[in-house]
Amino acid sequence: MIRFILGRLVKAVFILLAILVFNFLLIHAAPGDPAAVMAGEAGAADAKFLADLRTRFGLDQPLYVQLWIYIKGAVQLDLGYSFRQQMPVAELIGDRLPATLLLTGVAFVLSLVLGVIAGVAASARQGSWGDTVISTLALLFYATPLFWVALMASVVFSVWLGWLPGFGYSTIGAGYTGMAHVLDVAKHLVLPASTLGLFFMAIYMRMTRASMLEVSRLDFVKTARAKGLKRSVIQRRHILRNALLPVITLAGLQAGQIFGGAILTETVFAWPGIGRLMFEAINQRDYNVILGVFYISAAMVLLFNLITDVVYVIIDPRIRLTS
Amino acid sequence: MLRPFKIAAVAVALALAVPLATALPGPVAAQDGEPQYGGTLNVVIQPEPPSLMIGIIQNGPTQMVAGDIYESLMRYNFDLSPEPQLAESWEISEDGKTYTFKLRPGVVFHDGEPFTSADVKFSIDVFLRETHSRMRTYLEHVESIETPDDLTVVFNLKQPFGPFLGIFETGTAPMIPKHIYEGTDFVNNEANNTPIGTGPFKFDEWKKGSYIHFVKNEDYYMEGKPYVDEIYYHVIPDAASRAVAYETGKVDVLPGGSIENFDVPRIQEMENTCITEKGFEYFGPHSWIWVNMNNKPLGDLKVRQAMMHALDREFAKDALWNGLGKVATGPVSSATKFYDGDTPDIGYDPEKAKALLAESSYDGETIRLLGLPYGETWSRWAEAVKQNLTEIGMNVEIVPSDVAGWNQKVSDRDFDLAFTYLYQYGDPALGVSRTYMGSNAEPGSPWNNVSNYQNPEMDKLWEEAALMADPEDRKAAYKTIQEQVVSDVPNLWLLELGFPTIYRCNIKNPVNTAFGVNDGFRDVWIDQK
Repeated sequence: MIRFILGRLVKAVFILLAILVFNFLLIHAAPGDPAAVMAGEAGAADAKFLADLRTRFGLDQPLYVQLWIYIKGAVQLDLGYSFRQQMPVAELIGDRLPATLLLTGVAFVLSLVLGVIAGVAASARQGSWGDTVISTLALLFYATPLFWVALMASVVFSVWLGWLPGFGYSTIGAGYTGMAHVLDVAKHLVLPASTLGLFFMAIYMRMTRASMLEVSRLDFVKTARAKGLKRSVIQRRHILRNALLPVITLAGLQAGQIFGGAILTETVFAWPGIGRLMFEAINQRDYNVILGVFYISAAMVLLFNLITDVVYVIIDPRIRLTS
Repeated sequence: MLRPFKIAAVAVALALAVPLATALPGPVAAQDGEPQYGGTLNVVIQPEPPSLMIGIIQNGPTQMVAGDIYESLMRYNFDLSPEPQLAESWEISEDGKTYTFKLRPGVVFHDGEPFTSADVKFSIDVFLRETHSRMRTYLEHVESIETPDDLTVVFNLKQPFGPFLGIFETGTAPMIPKHIYEGTDFVNNEANNTPIGTGPFKFDEWKKGSYIHFVKNEDYYMEGKPYVDEIYYHVIPDAASRAVAYETGKVDVLPGGSIENFDVPRIQEMENTCITEKGFEYFGPHSWIWVNMNNKPLGDLKVRQAMMHALDREFAKDALWNGLGKVATGPVSSATKFYDGDTPDIGYDPEKAKALLAESSYDGETIRLLGLPYGETWSRWAEAVKQNLTEIGMNVEIVPSDVAGWNQKVSDRDFDLAFTYLYQYGDPALGVSRTYMGSNAEPGSPWNNVSNYQNPEMDKLWEEAALMADPEDRKAAYKTIQEQVVSDVPNLWLLELGFPTIYRCNIKNPVNTAFGVNDGFRDVWIDQK
């Protein structure tokens, strides 16, 4: 096990490097650069202004030199400096990370737990009323674009009903502390977290249901029934445990994205997270910020893939790890 | 001839005398004219500015917030006439070459240091010359800057420069504290994160991605001002969410262009909601379509005339801009000085357009139209233009892009037609000539003569008009220029854009200069009844 994990970590380092180089080239292939964007927003600039900016950002160097400087920094965990915000990238990401983790983490747990429960419930009585309702809702959530759900949620619950704040992370200027602050943030979290969660919940539900139904037709389930075990025990210990593998694969993928933030949700709800930081950085060609977010997300995806593999073994002892 | 004139600040000082009674609690019936103290102003800012240091970064959002912190020597009324700010009076010499400013005494920066003529000289001669590209070009007309005493600044010009009195506004000539910046690396100075100016509000906190917080400057030099205790600028990235923010009462001011035009009528109908198109007079945002004359067949005058007459700009104004703004009649905005309304007609006339196109060298070539990546209105407008041009028999293909891609394509002249809009800065010599002078057509910039319009005779006249001392002479020169440029159709002029500033009616005076909210909220007060 230890050997497996170590082997995978060594491989991960090389994959990460390859991803970095690839991302770097990809971003520089996009038209325009941060200096032109910044000057563009001013609506006027002379050649000296642009040249000064490019020198300051190091964009006047040949591409391979820029790449080498970036990789050298990245290896030492130095993510560089944001051209636009004039702050170290690590600090920028660090500032936004808590908000993103809160949003994606809550959405992740919520969607996984509710999705699996709904999936189990639907599969328990296939074709029944309850199954139809759950499946239809799941299909609806799955098929509706996220940004539309987000906008509608904010119109209904914020504009019409006035129950929940429609955007932001906390009430600005309220100066809440302690419990009041926690409650305030929780209130702001409801709409974005449920919007983001609904989509994944639908996926988990559909996957759990399909997988449960498939497993329930296998021979060992018949055997268990023949032994006279209680229905709930069969559901839980025989079917669910075997049906969970594909769900875990998917959860592993989603968990990897937790650190990457949720661009659409964060944008619509003005949630100050990583996804928005990255989206804005892409539009502004703030290379170091984009690369920094990619770097962290790539590392997290690799890490969670590894964790997923380890979890497989725990859930299903038949699986062996070989590096 | 120009006569020396002097504007006394007495009238202004009188106007500023505030009836103190309204500051006291009590059953004082507040009328429109009696300012009340206190309250918080919640304003939308989008996109998030890269920095608040206006001397270094001059993009839209920075200009919008910086007017609370930084100030310049003057402000400008809706008709672009100057009004005292940090300068209380000024004189222009008979020959139009010497400008003498008397500064307001007793002004201090937010850190308590006095503001003097040394700061003016440092700001303009040292700091802005280094960092501010527009200022740099204006300074080419300046021979020297002298500071005979703490409250006097003298600008000696090489030759008369018509627009000179119009450049002393915060976005162009902000006053920067010499004691903080002298001898430092301006762009990397840590102080840029905690801006210090002379303005009515002080910087408090910037929570990136969420808000910027300013508080009242208690030591402001204008007796009784500002009225509001604090300002929050809310960063809300999605246009629909910005509308929701107003609807739910989280923000009270939507500066021009904050929300999509199709949301404006809905918001406008809300209770206690006021709307104004004012506050853009100095900028005169003017939209047009660049015509790349290097590409065939767009060098053909008949093709350009045909396209001009094919555009239904009234429709664009009414359907896409909710009737805001004005149809442009030529290169100069009607809000700007020296606008000429008698230029040749370029109105919508599809039959004439078809006839012109038939006579021209156009032979079914595909024309690439580059839209402006600034939201829904602009995408729809590109579609409308495509339809107009298709109706007269042209082949048009819309090219999608993002902001960075748009900049690159326009700079590299990699387009046939491209939407744009630019500011005019109150004077044709500052904001218009750059677009039409043949000497300013080098690729590499999206703001110069992108169409590559060449007319040497006009070039000469543009240069002369900027250096004339008498406004009447300038007017005549610009009239000739406008008539010639309009008949040459180097660009397809669209609209003088109208950007509505939307605010709750109990917020008084959010827009009272030619710069609108950019000039800060010095005079704003909130009716709290």
